[in-house]
Amino acid sequence: MTRYLAGRLLQSVFVLVGVTLLTFLLLYVLPADPAQMIAGRSATPETVQRIRSELGLDQPLPVQYVRYVSRLLHGDLGRSYAQKVEVAELLASRLGPTAILMLSGIGFELLMGLPAGVAAALRQGSRLDRLVMVLAFAGASAPQFAVGLLLLYTLAFRAGLFPLGGYGSWAHVVLPAFTLGIAGAGWYARVIRSSMIDVLGQEYVRTARAKGLPTRRVVHKHMLRNALIPVVSMVGLDIGTFMGGVVVVESVFGWPGIGQLAWQAIQIVDIPVILGVVTTSALAILLGNLLADICYPLLDPRIRYS
Amino acid sequence: MERRWILYVVIWLVVAGLVVPAVPAPTRNQVVVTFKDDVSTLDPAIGYDWQNWSIIKSIFDGLMDYAPGTTKLVPHLAESYQVSADGRTYTFRLRRGVKFHNRREVRAQDFKYSLERVLNPKTQSPGAGFFMGIVGAEEFVKGQAKEVRGIQVVDPYTLRISLKQPNAAFLHTMAINFSHVVPREEVERAGADFGHKPVGTGAFRLKEWVLGQRVVLERNPDYFLKGLPRTDEIVFLVGVEPNVALLRLQRGEVDILGDGIPPARFVQIMNDPRWRRLVEVGDQLHTGYVTIQVQMQPFTDVRVRRALNMAIDKQRIVRIINNRAVPAVQILPPLMAGYDATYSGYPYDPRAAKRLLAEAGYANGFATTLYANNTDPNPRIAQAIQQDLAAIGVRAELKTLAQSTVIETAGRGQAPLVWSGGMAWIADYPDPNNFYWPILSCTSATPGGWNWARYCNRELERQATQADALVQPGQERLRAERYRQIFRRIMQDAPWIPIFHERRYTMHSDRVGGKKGIFTDPVHIPVHYDEVQVIR
Repeated sequence: MTRYLAGRLLQSVFVLVGVTLLTFLLLYVLPADPAQMIAGRSATPETVQRIRSELGLDQPLPVQYVRYVSRLLHGDLGRSYAQKVEVAELLASRLGPTAILMLSGIGFELLMGLPAGVAAALRQGSRLDRLVMVLAFAGASAPQFAVGLLLLYTLAFRAGLFPLGGYGSWAHVVLPAFTLGIAGAGWYARVIRSSMIDVLGQEYVRTARAKGLPTRRVVHKHMLRNALIPVVSMVGLDIGTFMGGVVVVESVFGWPGIGQLAWQAIQIVDIPVILGVVTTSALAILLGNLLADICYPLLDPRIRYS
Repeated sequence: MERRWILYVVIWLVVAGLVVPAVPAPTRNQVVVTFKDDVSTLDPAIGYDWQNWSIIKSIFDGLMDYAPGTTKLVPHLAESYQVSADGRTYTFRLRRGVKFHNRREVRAQDFKYSLERVLNPKTQSPGAGFFMGIVGAEEFVKGQAKEVRGIQVVDPYTLRISLKQPNAAFLHTMAINFSHVVPREEVERAGADFGHKPVGTGAFRLKEWVLGQRVVLERNPDYFLKGLPRTDEIVFLVGVEPNVALLRLQRGEVDILGDGIPPARFVQIMNDPRWRRLVEVGDQLHTGYVTIQVQMQPFTDVRVRRALNMAIDKQRIVRIINNRAVPAVQILPPLMAGYDATYSGYPYDPRAAKRLLAEAGYANGFATTLYANNTDPNPRIAQAIQQDLAAIGVRAELKTLAQSTVIETAGRGQAPLVWSGGMAWIADYPDPNNFYWPILSCTSATPGGWNWARYCNRELERQATQADALVQPGQERLRAERYRQIFRRIMQDAPWIPIFHERRYTMHSDRVGGKKGIFTDPVHIPVHYDEVQVIR
């Protein structure tokens, strides 16, 4: 286990280096000139040139990259071109809200997806099953932007049940987390349904039934435990999918998180911020996957890393 | 099984129970403004987007300013000023007793410091170019001098600025944000964070800034203009999607839509008398245009450029943007001195355009490329232009790209035609020379410059220099007349197709009001916050 973990951590370092390098290259081939963006329209070419050299943008790319990485290793993410604030400060102020949103999103996924999937599996082929699968499909494919605006209009604006976007109280979390979770809930329902059906055919389930256990005990003690294993890895992967989802959801709901920051930075080619967001997201995804891997053997003693 | 279901229901109820309909309504004497993007910086030397422009003006002040809602230049932190006979030296007498938010009195030395700070390359100010005409600025920027010779502190309340040559727009540059006065001790204390810890002399001071959520300004009790500001607090909520912002305004939670009315809801709002009365309309210093690269074939022929000018149905384009603009017949917008009310421009006449093209040897038209910004409504406008050009045989390939890419390509002089929407010129200050020097002069026809047409007329360059020397009080009309002629001549050469002048539509709640024009202020864009008043 320890060796496995060490190997995985080493791998993660390579992945992180790869991610920063790739992002760096992509931003470099972008025809936009950040110095020009900072200088604005009235700047003379000399001003632009001076800003470029102040930022070190006139250096060759490898030099820029090495500088960036060495600063990164010292914990210095640089300063935002546009906001003139430490990127670390920007990220720190936004990590909390994004974490809250993601956790609540995962909560909603599980609360909606698991029971629906179990119910569908137990009544396989029934109307309920078909309804759940149609809803799951709709949930998984509905564009989050539209879902978010729809919820805001109906539940917040018309019915007045929730605040119209923003951040601060628990009431603010519900709609964005729901929007974020609804797509995942669809996936969860489908996955749990099929893995429950798999388990249904297993001999130990038949045995449990044969010895006269009540259905709910069979479901909880024997089936769910086994059927939940794929869900664990899905939760780990969710962090990755959510990193994409929060960009949309945070923008619609005015949620002051990483996604909103990313969106604003991309529009103005604020390279240090984009790099910071990408690195942080990559780190979060790696951690999520690692966590899922660590949880496997705890849930299922048959799985072992060697 | 039942127990589990009960647990499940309880979890849901707990979630629902946490939901207390919390609707924050603006409190008395507080005005709430929404924006989609975070406020970038409030450093007057750095801030240069239309969102922070007016906020900075409420926290800082310059020697000059404009009467609210107008483009009329008035002394502000200066009590009075004198221009020397040769037009090169300006002497400002400062108001006494003006205090920074840290309660220290403002002295002439502070203005010298603030201007030198903008010119200092370390500051990376986008506004440095505005002050390069001051004597000694160039040496200072190159590091050959420790100070700018042309900025002299005569006594604590007198500042003298000398220029290399007369510049009639100089007083305007003393009103733009970049020349606003900052206290040295606070800049040095905050270091690079001054943009987030601004200390100025303005009607408001910073109360709170929560990154990604809100910026709150509160009344400066020591403000030198009595009676201002007219409200105790302004809250800028950031990260609010424009459609959501509108819903919040309709529900009474928000007072001003900083990003304007979302295009998708515009027609609906304007047709509903309940909401229409909350919308104020005003002119702004804006022209949307197509640049024609005059050094590229076949645009070297003026007949081709004139033909293009006659090919575009501007009325139709204005309809595309829901009539939020007036068709343009010339380069200067109507609010600008030098605007020619008698000039009618090129008529929309595709037949005549085709005849002109044939005369120039392009009876069968030609192929070219039209660049445009890819944000709505610009692709739709560019398509309309493309169709109009096709009607006279000009086959324009459309390239809709990210704003920065278009600016980069056009700046290198490689774009035959550019629709300027989303990148168009809005004047930095209300003087006609701001529509000449940065975008139509020989000096701006350089790589990275904004003269995308690469138009260069040496004779006009000389005339503009002469016109800018008409700096004495009483010469304003003569100077406006000179510029009228200059822009008439440019229209003859036709390096641009002026398309429309956008109008500003600001929606605000009925809680707030104020003097005429402050919600569509042409300079304090978009709203003159000092003048906004809670009226009920």
